[in-house]
Amino acid sequence: MALTVTKRSSVASWSSRVRARWRDASVAWIWIGPAVLLVAAFLFYPMINTIWSSFFNADTTRFVGVANYRQIFTNASMLEVLRNNLLWLVLGTAATVIFGLLIAVLADRVRIESIVKAAIFIPMAISFVSAGVIWKFVYQYAPPGQTQIGLLNAIITRLGFPPQPWLINPAINNFALIAVYVWMWTGFCMVILSAALKSVPEEILEAARVDGAGEISIFFRIIVPMISPTIAVVATTMVINVLKIFDIIYVMTGGDFGTNVVALEYYQQLFTYNDFGLASAFAVLLLLAIVPVMIVNIRRFRVQEARR
Amino acid sequence: MSSADPLASSAVPALEEVPTARSVTRAIAQPRTPLQRLLHWFNNSIVTVIVVLIALLWSIPTFGLFISSFRPAAAIQSSGWWTGLLPPWHFTIANYIQVIQAQGMGRAAINSLIIAIPGTLFPIAIAAFAGYAFAWMKFPGRDWLFLAIVALLVVPIQTALIPDLSLVTAMGITGTYFAIWIAHTAFGLPFAVYLLRNFFGALPADLTESARIDGASHPRIFWNIILPLSMPSLASLFIFQFVWVWNDLLVALIFLGGNPTRAPMTVTIADLVNSFGTNYQVLTSAAFISMALPLLIFFTLQRYFVRGILAGSVKG
Repeated sequence: MALTVTKRSSVASWSSRVRARWRDASVAWIWIGPAVLLVAAFLFYPMINTIWSSFFNADTTRFVGVANYRQIFTNASMLEVLRNNLLWLVLGTAATVIFGLLIAVLADRVRIESIVKAAIFIPMAISFVSAGVIWKFVYQYAPPGQTQIGLLNAIITRLGFPPQPWLINPAINNFALIAVYVWMWTGFCMVILSAALKSVPEEILEAARVDGAGEISIFFRIIVPMISPTIAVVATTMVINVLKIFDIIYVMTGGDFGTNVVALEYYQQLFTYNDFGLASAFAVLLLLAIVPVMIVNIRRFRVQEARR
Repeated sequence: MSSADPLASSAVPALEEVPTARSVTRAIAQPRTPLQRLLHWFNNSIVTVIVVLIALLWSIPTFGLFISSFRPAAAIQSSGWWTGLLPPWHFTIANYIQVIQAQGMGRAAINSLIIAIPGTLFPIAIAAFAGYAFAWMKFPGRDWLFLAIVALLVVPIQTALIPDLSLVTAMGITGTYFAIWIAHTAFGLPFAVYLLRNFFGALPADLTESARIDGASHPRIFWNIILPLSMPSLASLFIFQFVWVWNDLLVALIFLGGNPTRAPMTVTIADLVNSFGTNYQVLTSAAFISMALPLLIFFTLQRYFVRGILAGSVKG
């Protein structure tokens, strides 16, 4: 008798538990529903779709295997696009993170820190389009002998050098464009790294100074290791950002003179040449380049969750 | 809600307190002998000079545009902007008047607002609901679903553009504001969900649990406890998303399908760059007008900005 009672009550509590779990789950789905639906429809499904179309011809009517990829990796101008993206990835990421860290460390030691940081951060609020206009006044070129209205050429002709067509000369134009990106995004890195710097206890730095450590070895041996998680976050953000770079080049050179990058090439394949297959293949290459970053992100999230 | 106030200060990373504590220790550790003090002062001055030089270097391009936008068209094209700084001055607001009246920039500014305000508020609202559920509700598959959304954070939106365009076409809303609102909402969601869930999750658990025991419902906890405590992260998200949508060119180009009556300022300015490649006077003032609002928002909300990002990324 007693046995059946316990059994019955346990069955009852089990079924009520299941019902409560179902109720909880359906309530939760009402809360996350809109977000999950939008992300699934506008980001996840397209990702699958793009991967699929990259194996098809221009109007996605015929399966062509890896022909689009073969074309990208054998065509000289397309290889140049990939090479440019690599240059952007390495230089753009390294320069923004290193300058951001350097300026954060230096600004931390002066009284006018907030003014300096605002000056570095302002370009973040400027659109790529406006930045393109701003930098035309820096890179503008006129033939030798004429008045140089571009700042950079005015300076170097005053110093006795011939003026340079900064955005047209293939030896330097990619660096000129990357400089614009660095100008815009260093502020972002600086703000976050500076906040991390403030969390390094001053006692540790003082102790190192008392022990006779120089400022440079304090920087490399103490500060950098202590804020390395933040440096990783910032560098990851920059990698994601640079891989997708589009606007600066679209506005300043339109991808001409050997400055094209993957995102812009994709845009041109899609809207100028109407080649869905090839455009998709370029997008998939971006996706593949980002997979390692994604894995690192997920790993970091799990470590964080374990500590929660 | 009076009990929530002390918690508010503990939930938000106490940025203001840290520098104070540091400056105190720094003051104690000041060098004592005159020679040391001189060296210390000398080192500090060098750093100050370097930092100021960097800040000036960073400001020169923007300053050049600012000066140019007030110079007459002929002067812009015949001499460098720096020559305009020397007397006799010939500053004028004609460029601004020309842009506002003749180039459809007024319409574009209104379009930018029509696009940017819902394009900022929609994703924040939807992400706030989702972030709350991911942080404070238990349901099967919660962590996997959240991870999947975070993973999509790094997917380039380029991969999504073709299918999204056909999706929008199938819905029959191509070239409308609605299409671009949905696009910006979807593209902004992964970052917004990531940031808000991290911030909500960092709030003390006792807070929601005691409210649950007192019989408060989820909407009540969300509205009365979580949202008021999360203003810094909501504000920083607002800055991010607003600046991103306001400054966006690619999404507008694709989802508005070259419809000039709905084009935002970025598209109009990009067209000006392409069609009036050397007609600088129009570009200078147009570029400056489009910068004004993001700069204003940034400087009003910048206190919150760092706090909000910190909650999302620098927790460990």
